[in-house]
Amino acid sequence: MADFPDELKYAKTHEWARLEDDGTVTVGITDHAQDALGDVVFVELPELDTKLPAGGDAGVVESVKAASDIYSPVSGTVIEVNQALEDAPEKVNESPFIDGWFFKVAPDDTAELEALLSALDYQKVCEQESH
Amino acid sequence: MGLKTPLHQQHVQCGAKIVDFGGWDMPVHYGSQIEEHHKVRRDAGMFDVSHMTVLTITGPGSESLLVELLANDIRKLPRSGKALYSAMLNEHGGVVDDLIVYANPDEYLMVVNCATRDKDLAWINTRAKDFDCVVEEHPDRAIVAVQGPNAISAVKAVVGDETGKLIASLKVFQGGYSGAWFIARTGYTGERGVEIILPGDEVPGLWEALSLQGVAPIGLGARDTLRLEAGMNLYGSDMDEGTSPFESNMGGTVVMDNHEFIGKAALQRQISEGIPRQLVGVIMKERGVLRAHYPVFCEGLLVGELTSGAFSPTLGYSIALARVSSDVLTPSSEKAALTVQIRDKQVAVTQVKHPFVRNGKQSYKTQ
Repeated sequence: MADFPDELKYAKTHEWARLEDDGTVTVGITDHAQDALGDVVFVELPELDTKLPAGGDAGVVESVKAASDIYSPVSGTVIEVNQALEDAPEKVNESPFIDGWFFKVAPDDTAELEALLSALDYQKVCEQESH
Repeated sequence: MGLKTPLHQQHVQCGAKIVDFGGWDMPVHYGSQIEEHHKVRRDAGMFDVSHMTVLTITGPGSESLLVELLANDIRKLPRSGKALYSAMLNEHGGVVDDLIVYANPDEYLMVVNCATRDKDLAWINTRAKDFDCVVEEHPDRAIVAVQGPNAISAVKAVVGDETGKLIASLKVFQGGYSGAWFIARTGYTGERGVEIILPGDEVPGLWEALSLQGVAPIGLGARDTLRLEAGMNLYGSDMDEGTSPFESNMGGTVVMDNHEFIGKAALQRQISEGIPRQLVGVIMKERGVLRAHYPVFCEGLLVGELTSGAFSPTLGYSIALARVSSDVLTPSSEKAALTVQIRDKQVAVTQVKHPFVRNGKQSYKTQ
């Protein structure tokens, strides 16, 4: 059974977003997503300073099973990427919400987070997909 | 809900992710496909392949039936359990299925693919009417493959003395019976190991005994990356009824001389007219993963597609089989510079002579 931490916000496309104390937003893919993908073998991250629109292409995750696009859940500027994934993509499987984060943005408007799904609503989306 | 093998319970208990495979509920992995892959290359793993179809052919006309059905020549095998890998062709020279047949003293024991079971049985039974033989399916038999450098010692540790002696006596690509168990030195991984065909009600005991020896269960996901590293074709991906064995890197399994078989005329035509496409190995050291159906280009021209592709856990980069136009492989020219389109990018790949991996190590040469 996948984890759905309550404190995060979720996109239907299976990314999570966390508003940090410093006002930045950290993004990764969900436990449900990593489980569906299987072992992750490569992650293509966005370039620093890229301006991403909400729902815009932010990279690709390649697993043993498939290649999947990653979308930014909110609009903003990329201020940091998780370089550790380059050598250790398995962190996405082992720790999708902590060590396996993808990138951080300086959001244009933190109110956009409100438009994302709660843990409960996202869990419902996942359950519907698997039926 | 699909068909279940006698090991279904064991798979669920081991935390398998179950997927539909040709109508069967099969384990794709038990947690990490890559760890399972390494386990087979470095130690020992076991695969439940009981979904595959087991047939026996008996009676005085058996050999003649197989001479007609198979592109490889069954007559070259001594009846001592030697195994033959062959394509079974249609009249157009296309591959109906690929299979393994063991020439046992009193029977031919054959294992065919699960997804092709119905058409294979129909095809074989139609031809069998002309011969004095009996074709029987054995859905009550399970198959376990135990593969890896430590596989054979693990199996020996869980079977009786007599069976252990049998295993010790077998050559690679040979099998034999110990009671109701048929054990063969064959596999689909490029490692040492055996495949065991045994009564379904005895397979859970074998599985659990092997587990206590430290043999890990391996899912279909790792089975696919292991076979691809070993350069072995997968039916339905790398060849099918629309491709001849010559276009599928299976020319070495076709015997044309003094051998009349279904599809031979079409193959002769293909030889005289020229084989239009070839199946070749390619590698890509850039980050990314080659996958089936990605288009292949040579100097901007579409020349074929990948038939299988994966990240190779042993090599640490991506490998694939590509079916490409023979024009780009003419020996006189410099090696063609092939690229593969990965989403919207053209990425250079290097053509290599596969298998990519044998006995745990890189085995290909760049030509």
